[in-house]
Amino acid sequence: MKRVVTLTVNGEQRQALAEPRVTLLELLRDGLGLTGSKEGCGDGNCGACTVLLNGRPVNSCLVLAVEVDGSDVFTIEGLARSGALHPLQQAFIDHGGLQCGFCTPGLVMVAYALLQENPHPTEQEVRMAIAGNLCRCTGYDKVVRAVMAVG
Amino acid sequence: MKPFEYVAAGSLAEAVSHLDSAGPAARPLAGGTDLLPQMRYFRAHPPLVVDVKRIPELRQLSCVGEGLHIGAAVPLADIAAHPDVTRLYPAIAYSCSLVGSVQIRSRATLGGNLCNAAPSADTVPGLICLGAHAVVTGPAGRREIPVEEFNTDPGKTVLGTGELLVEVVVPPPPDRSAVSYLRFTPRQEMDIAVTGVASLLKFSEGGMVYQARIVMAAVGPTHLRARRAEGVLEGQRPTAELVSRAAEEAAGECQPISDVRASADYRRHLVGVLAGRTLLKSAEAQGIRV
Repeated sequence: MKRVVTLTVNGEQRQALAEPRVTLLELLRDGLGLTGSKEGCGDGNCGACTVLLNGRPVNSCLVLAVEVDGSDVFTIEGLARSGALHPLQQAFIDHGGLQCGFCTPGLVMVAYALLQENPHPTEQEVRMAIAGNLCRCTGYDKVVRAVMAVG
Repeated sequence: MKPFEYVAAGSLAEAVSHLDSAGPAARPLAGGTDLLPQMRYFRAHPPLVVDVKRIPELRQLSCVGEGLHIGAAVPLADIAAHPDVTRLYPAIAYSCSLVGSVQIRSRATLGGNLCNAAPSADTVPGLICLGAHAVVTGPAGRREIPVEEFNTDPGKTVLGTGELLVEVVVPPPPDRSAVSYLRFTPRQEMDIAVTGVASLLKFSEGGMVYQARIVMAAVGPTHLRARRAEGVLEGQRPTAELVSRAAEEAAGECQPISDVRASADYRRHLVGVLAGRTLLKSAEAQGIRV
């Protein structure tokens, strides 16, 4: 049976219908049209679906939509403000921290969460923070440099 | 995922009543990082999923006189960062910080790590060393079970139909004691222990080993105590020779299998290495030079 799920997405209150088996990622992509968050593995290994749930980074493929009723969700679509990229997004471009771009929304969101908690992380802290995000293009070095440039 | 019913329980009584009436296939949902992949890959087909994250008793994390109370639905990230846990139970904080990735630790819980009953679970060896017990509630009321006896086989626990883990209670660490946990993984993060060993050493005032606990992960159907190795240490003055003898004894006591992550022989070798290192680490934490 479908249920009404009410949540705040990127500061805006949204409502959608979801069966219990629908994940938060599916709700964002198919129910709310926010296709920035990607599905890579669907089981929590790749991090491409990372969003902030009540301020903390989570794999949105491992969260049921019905679990987040009343919660606050922040996605990659919420980062750029009035057309201007967030400094972290700009740093990924400046340092070549992406190639195909599929993992990028997840990496940016987990890096954003790290910088919220720890504004000046060491390289080791950045590497540990992004360990749950797979990237097959960059070899991670450029991603680390991009995050360090902002932190 | 196959369709299922979902209910978010607001109280222990409500959760137990739902789990009991839906039968043994119903599943409680805390962090979901194990359950949802199982459902996605059709390894679990619960007709009913009971979300237990809104039950106050399962959300508490407090350190009071009689020990540390870890609600079954508290995320690992909260436990690893809690100031009382890092100060009084550093091995517990450390083992919580080893599980999965940042994203996983935002959701995954210590209760789930225990109830999932993987012999490789990183949070369990330290709990057993410290003599922690699980508080369970169910249709027949409340009971307490030592963590050491909670898991009975891979994926199997002592929980009956309708029973729910409420919290894990860790007694205060004994005086002049230290606990440490070490594991071997090919990757530092996002990996499952090939083998892990935790140890507790409690010393007498004169610096003798008063009590030893050694618990091994991923080398048996459940976490295993290395009781003979503990016996080698107790009542003795800790020396490098004694520690190596205990480590060898532990390697002889484990019951590893060969699987995709390692051969049984390699796991046995790892027990010897990790047991020796964790014993030295526990001794060093008490200022005892071996």
